Amino acid sequence: MSGELSFTLDNQPVPFQDGQTIMEAARAAGVYIPHLCFNPDFAPHGSCRVCLVKVNGRTQASCTTPAMAGQVVQSETEELRDIRRGILEMMFVEGNHICPACEKSGACQLQAVAYYVGMLASPFTYFYPRRALDASHPDVVIDFNRCILCELCVRASRDMDGKNVFAVQNRGIQAHLVINTPSGKLGATTFSITDKAAQVCPTGAIMMKNQGYGSPIGLRLYDRESVKIVGDVAQAPESAGGRRHE
Amino acid sequence: MNILETVAESERLQRIAIDPISRVEGHGKVTLLLDENHHIRQARLHIVEFRGFEKFIQGRPYWELPIVVQRLCGICPVSHHLAAAKAIDQLVGVRELPPTAEKIRRLLHLGQTLQSHAVHFFHLASPDFLFDFDDPVAHRNIIGVMADHPEVARQGVLLRKYGQEVIRVVAGKRVHGVATVPGGVNKALTVAERDYLLTDLEQMIEWGQEVIKLMRQAFEKNPGYFTRFATIRSNFLSLIRPDGALDLYHGGLRAKNRRGGFVFDHLDYQRYFQVIHEQVKPWSYMKFPFISSLGPDNGWYRVGPLARINNCDFIPTPLAEIERQQFMALGRGQPIQATLAYHWARMIELLYSAEAIKELLHDPDLLGGELAVRGEMAQEGIGVVEAPRGTLFHHYRINEDGLVEKANLIVSTTNNNQAMNESIRQVAEHYLDGKELTEPLLNQIEVAVRAYDPCLSCATHALGKMPLVVELADADETVVDCLVRDADGRIRRGLDN
Repeated sequence: MSGELSFTLDNQPVPFQDGQTIMEAARAAGVYIPHLCFNPDFAPHGSCRVCLVKVNGRTQASCTTPAMAGQVVQSETEELRDIRRGILEMMFVEGNHICPACEKSGACQLQAVAYYVGMLASPFTYFYPRRALDASHPDVVIDFNRCILCELCVRASRDMDGKNVFAVQNRGIQAHLVINTPSGKLGATTFSITDKAAQVCPTGAIMMKNQGYGSPIGLRLYDRESVKIVGDVAQAPESAGGRRHE
Repeated sequence: MNILETVAESERLQRIAIDPISRVEGHGKVTLLLDENHHIRQARLHIVEFRGFEKFIQGRPYWELPIVVQRLCGICPVSHHLAAAKAIDQLVGVRELPPTAEKIRRLLHLGQTLQSHAVHFFHLASPDFLFDFDDPVAHRNIIGVMADHPEVARQGVLLRKYGQEVIRVVAGKRVHGVATVPGGVNKALTVAERDYLLTDLEQMIEWGQEVIKLMRQAFEKNPGYFTRFATIRSNFLSLIRPDGALDLYHGGLRAKNRRGGFVFDHLDYQRYFQVIHEQVKPWSYMKFPFISSLGPDNGWYRVGPLARINNCDFIPTPLAEIERQQFMALGRGQPIQATLAYHWARMIELLYSAEAIKELLHDPDLLGGELAVRGEMAQEGIGVVEAPRGTLFHHYRINEDGLVEKANLIVSTTNNNQAMNESIRQVAEHYLDGKELTEPLLNQIEVAVRAYDPCLSCATHALGKMPLVVELADADETVVDCLVRDADGRIRRGLDN
């Protein structure tokens, strides 16, 4: 490794190029760090906090922390696993993530990451929000109850589709996804199923209409391998149970 | 209307509550009002259910329905899955499924019927036939059956397992799987899956014949009892194939009156609401459906195995048809009205299911072909199947965005509501009237309810684990006597402790 920039991740050397984050370097080296709001096609966001690692003893989001030579990074530790599981448990109670009845089940990154960090149920009190669905678009339905505020759709629509269809309104516990039109309805926008924003949701919040449960149990994206092997929903080919990636 | 349904001056009577009789998804109870001489003055079966499905699916996308509503039940979820799927076919404008899709769905439904009927007969009801009423309650259950009749118990377990395997292969899971999509299914069978299901099938058919023999022997041993116990005279409702054959998945509605004459026949179930109305009674959460042309007093009916065998002209599989003919000979041209005959009819259907599975598994359409089709969207859909316990109606209306606006579900147990009430009144009048109540006597009420295989029967025979408390209270609600069946199956008088 001499002559290369590198840091250690769980005691293994990971090379990096100047300007890469720890997450980017780890991905390039084939090392999985669980994440939800990170997508290599967009600027890092650092909001979901699932990709937390210890960098020289400090807890930081690996998707926003620049890699530096000589860093000692820890990821797969019991402490970090507990923290990540706690974050997932809070996400699950904040929305209505009813996996058994959700058509994204088995091909859902939120569910897959939850399994990866060992979450089977949440100990926290469920909020049971009552957010009406937006089914005004002919091809896509938005279930706001399943949104985890990763803002991937916001970034994709704004930065790649050039449409700025989505936004997050309010702050803190009041923050929620909105549609950027006076009516607040997706049907009133130029949103299309071929948009990048339609392909990036890691949960069942943005779903194709009229499809139902087309993938048999056993053939869904995460049925055979964990998210560590399969990777993100946004990068999965449609034939594997993911969404079409234009 | 049975005179024991509502009594005047009820405040002067003693009240006995069998609570819970318990259902799978909640609680049921029987209340009896007695006068000072222990004469039954009023008997009611209350199903105190409130599931809320019709309400909380409002605003959800229609294509979620088969997955969400199947969670109404853990025993026959496939029936709800398929009834909803059929309603959704209407919503997406599909009147006829591709052959592969329809046959896959039929296979799934037959697996469901086989396992559900096996669970009910072997695990829940067989102690009623193999043991006497006064058999110790700790022994009068599937554990007792396993001890005294191990081969019968083994057959029950393996028959159920086979049905569950059919469901797993088709839907991916034994309970709450996923098989249907709008206008079709999401997979066909592989050759390996088909061959796996064929492996034990001949054995299942043989056991199906044996259990009918067991049932017939029980009848012949005590024909008077079987013919009279809890027996009521009712109308019968079921689906029927266009040629009059038994069909559990699809057909028109056929209703026969008490004498076997047609009330209506081959009626398109898309018009069910024109012939079936529902009555609300202040003392029960469950509605009382009735055939509208006959009115609420005379129009109540029975559904389920007895209704289907009474209603059909023939069974389209050879061995089950022979059994049907022998069964129907008991009625001498009239419908069989004996409530305990439900068990016999149920086992004929178990045999039919096994035979029909065999026919399907040899059909090449099952292995591939077009899985789903689409048509012109509609905003109203009605799906009906014959669930193991009887005719099951799912009716949905959606808005122009595809979200559910309104739902009406008439489940099998609801269809049998009035009939179950009538049967327990018959039992109360004939077996309990004027006697001091004991556990064996109260068990007879459960035997009557259990014959219908309502969801609550599952918990009433829950291996003796379900505590049962029967309280006798005087007019001012003071408990004067109490029988408790503990979780270990022991009976004690509560007031003694």
